Amino acid sequence: MSFNLQEWYDNMNNDNVVFSFRGAITAELITDVLSTVEQKLEEINENPKLKKKVYNVLVEALQNLFHHIDIPPDKELLQLDDRFAIFFLSKIDDSYRITTGNFIKMEKYQILKDRLDQINYLSQDELKSLYKLILNNEEFSDKGGGGLGMIDIARKTGNKLKYTFFDFNKDYNFFSLEVIVN
Amino acid sequence: MKSISISGTPKTPTVKFDAETGVIEIKGRSIPENSIEFYKPLVDWLEEYAQHTAKLTEVNIELEYFNTSSSKCILDVFKKLEAVYKNRKDGLGDVIINWYYEEDDEDMLEAGEDYQSILKIPFKMIEIEE
Repeated sequence: MSFNLQEWYDNMNNDNVVFSFRGAITAELITDVLSTVEQKLEEINENPKLKKKVYNVLVEALQNLFHHIDIPPDKELLQLDDRFAIFFLSKIDDSYRITTGNFIKMEKYQILKDRLDQINYLSQDELKSLYKLILNNEEFSDKGGGGLGMIDIARKTGNKLKYTFFDFNKDYNFFSLEVIVN
Repeated sequence: MKSISISGTPKTPTVKFDAETGVIEIKGRSIPENSIEFYKPLVDWLEEYAQHTAKLTEVNIELEYFNTSSSKCILDVFKKLEAVYKNRKDGLGDVIINWYYEEDDEDMLEAGEDYQSILKIPFKMIEIEE
């Protein structure tokens, strides 16, 4: 059975959700979301260290969406915006979970999967070395950052990047990424 | 040489570059989506500054957050300063980088140490007490 976006969204959208968004990811939206989340974390008097980590990971996760999402197929049919993405911030016990979802062209599947598998395989020290290597390398992806975002998320959380590629149609997947911050 | 003075915004830092005093400051948050756009004029300024630096260039970096997009650009800023430092002589062209981090912010301290290990400029890690 093919991927059902509404079903996925409904499954994710439960009582643990602190904040969620679905729609067009723009720079202005990211600014608003960060401000809202920051406020919410302050209101509940969240531990300052945890608050900072959540904020840092959120910045990278949202900006990954900003830079790398593909325009979804049949968008009129599905009533989706350009730059459509979904994200959830949930609180489970003392941890936060950040989940993002976006459409992605099938041709990017292998590169992205390989990169995530590589990152998940490395130790904290190895991630540090890889980060510094890419940072200091003259190459710079045209989207800025040169592929540091995922590494940064893995470093800061010390956790694995959990991901799923759902088959959407022959040209697109729906990619979801989940990170625990604790 | 004209100074730079840029007010901070929710996503970009406050920037003060003064060629006379040699004080270079970047403070606040650096999380713009396109950091190259923001940092290019700063890097260009430093390129020109390198031609006639102050006796001592004091660099104060006090960031609460910076995204990975900025981290490359910040390295570019530091590399311009590294060139100044490498060419120092006769008491001119000395550089010190003061890297400020909030108490208990190990990530920010580690970020400073990452830069310190890549660059050949003196770094000072300074903890800000809450």
